[in-house]
Amino acid sequence: MKKKKGVSYAKWGYIFALPFCIAYLMFMIYPILYTFGIGFTNMTDKLQMQIAQEEMIGIETTKVELLDNVFENYEFVLSDPNFWGSLKNTVIIWGVNFVPQILLALLLAVWFTNGRNKIRGKGFFKVLFYMPNIITAATIAMLFTKLFDYNKGPVNDLLKMLGVIDKNIDFFTIEWTSKAIVAFVQFWMWYGYTMIILISGILGISPELFEAADIDGASGWQKFRYVTLPNLKTIMLFTLVTSMIGGMTMFDIPYMIGGSGGIRGNIRTASVYIFEMSFQGGKLYNRASAASMIMFVMIAVLAAVIFFLLRDKDEIAQHKIEKANEKAFKKALKEQKAKGGVQ
Amino acid sequence: MAKNKNKVGSVVAHFWIYVFLILLAVLSILPFWIMLMNGTRSTPEINANALGLLPSKFLARNWEVISTKSFNAMTGFVNSMIISAGATVLSVYFSSMTAYAIVAYRWKFRRAFFTFIMAVLMIPSQIVSIGFYQMMYSFGLNNSFLPLIIPAIASPAVVFYMKQYMEPALPLEIVQAARIDGAGEFFTFNRIVIPIMKPAIATQAIFAFVQKWNELFIPSVLLTDTDKFTMPMMVSLLKGDIYKTEYGSVYLGLSLTVLPLFIVYFLLSKYIIAGVALGSVKG
Repeated sequence: MKKKKGVSYAKWGYIFALPFCIAYLMFMIYPILYTFGIGFTNMTDKLQMQIAQEEMIGIETTKVELLDNVFENYEFVLSDPNFWGSLKNTVIIWGVNFVPQILLALLLAVWFTNGRNKIRGKGFFKVLFYMPNIITAATIAMLFTKLFDYNKGPVNDLLKMLGVIDKNIDFFTIEWTSKAIVAFVQFWMWYGYTMIILISGILGISPELFEAADIDGASGWQKFRYVTLPNLKTIMLFTLVTSMIGGMTMFDIPYMIGGSGGIRGNIRTASVYIFEMSFQGGKLYNRASAASMIMFVMIAVLAAVIFFLLRDKDEIAQHKIEKANEKAFKKALKEQKAKGGVQ
Repeated sequence: MAKNKNKVGSVVAHFWIYVFLILLAVLSILPFWIMLMNGTRSTPEINANALGLLPSKFLARNWEVISTKSFNAMTGFVNSMIISAGATVLSVYFSSMTAYAIVAYRWKFRRAFFTFIMAVLMIPSQIVSIGFYQMMYSFGLNNSFLPLIIPAIASPAVVFYMKQYMEPALPLEIVQAARIDGAGEFFTFNRIVIPIMKPAIATQAIFAFVQKWNELFIPSVLLTDTDKFTMPMMVSLLKGDIYKTEYGSVYLGLSLTVLPLFIVYFLLSKYIIAGVALGSVKG
């Protein structure tokens, strides 16, 4: 029986995992390698058009080839002030959105999980706070461009009505207000999400810890400081890193809000930089590929942190299952582990 | 006395908490409210005061303007529907299948495979956009929906969620019993495992659908033909000069792009919020 399970069914594992593997190879691994390769060549849209034209008349003098200095594209990107500017914008916009976001989310999560002074209508508030997260970011970006419009914007009208300003403000031409608007939209779209994650984190803390703190006469603040916060450490780190990766790839909002010229420079993020370089104007695929790979390395470092966070959790779960399962199962697992250790 | 004072303090604190929560709720609703209301107002009305909180009677006129120009809500809706539905079905079905391969079978590379999935969980598709575009272009698949649908077969984040759900929810004894009864492996998966996975599939389907519906980067790279534009791409058309003075129509156009999402959200918000809390991993 044992032997039969190990031998005759293992192949089904491969069969069931096959579609995923093929699709991942084709649509992820291959394009990554391809992008990586393009970064060392002279491939641009102009060159491709020229090749196509030459093919029509039957000559082949122009080719996509490796550059003499293979790192030329990387050198270009790394010395491009626009690239560094876009990274700076990304970091500023992300930071200005994340700090208030996690603080507000934490505050709301603590209020909503507090057993003593119950807040009514929790479900209602949660639904409303999370709502912006599910709405198309492109629409939200466009909506906020209209709301903060110079001539016909409701925000300008509201501020005038309240007597805060006498003359309309052209929000998107001022560097700090345009950045602040993008950061605000990001904050507004994501604090509800972060709040829900933190609530589930707090609910996951053993209630006995809070009871023990109560018996010891801990104040609300003390309970928060010495019970809630330490136990939320992993989940907060997880939120931080996922948000950082999301921030790195932030595209929809700055791309849609950023019109032409100066506005775009103020809120151009790394993703927008790559998109503009590869799919607009000169279509410099080679340089954009180099920029993509630089970004890939940065994201890979962040992803490694997530990996270790999740791996721990998973191994704990694995351990529980091992205990619960029968002896026959255990033997097979041990074999698996011995092999897994080498890989 | 001290106790009484405490109670008053608590009531006051409570009051301010509610004020704060209501302010945040207003902040969530107001932009959308202004959008919906301005969609029914005329250009002169918006000119006079853009902060309209009450509906006006120019909805039909705005609709006329919007439906005779480049923005086409119906086309966008149908295109987004095809792409999102196709990608969602592939993503949940094949992710369940991949998770099943990890949970139910003891094969040599099982652990390594799962480690790999966790390692690539957070790699965004934007990174590969140039290679992906070049590849699809050489196949003549730009302006086709296939490159937006088929890659959903490999969704590491969904596999991860499905695996986490399946491990405690699927007793392997059931699978063994099915084998003894002579069921084939695919039959067992389709008829026994999939029904057990239904709650997880429903949750992940909602997220996969919404995420695909809202996606802007990859569709903007591949689709250049206006007839193939998705809903979020239609939004970018509203930036065009032909709408420069048609404020009401722009708001109406924006409203049309989010109406389906509002309906889905208010019908399913309970499950969506529960799903966020459970998953805590989003692609």
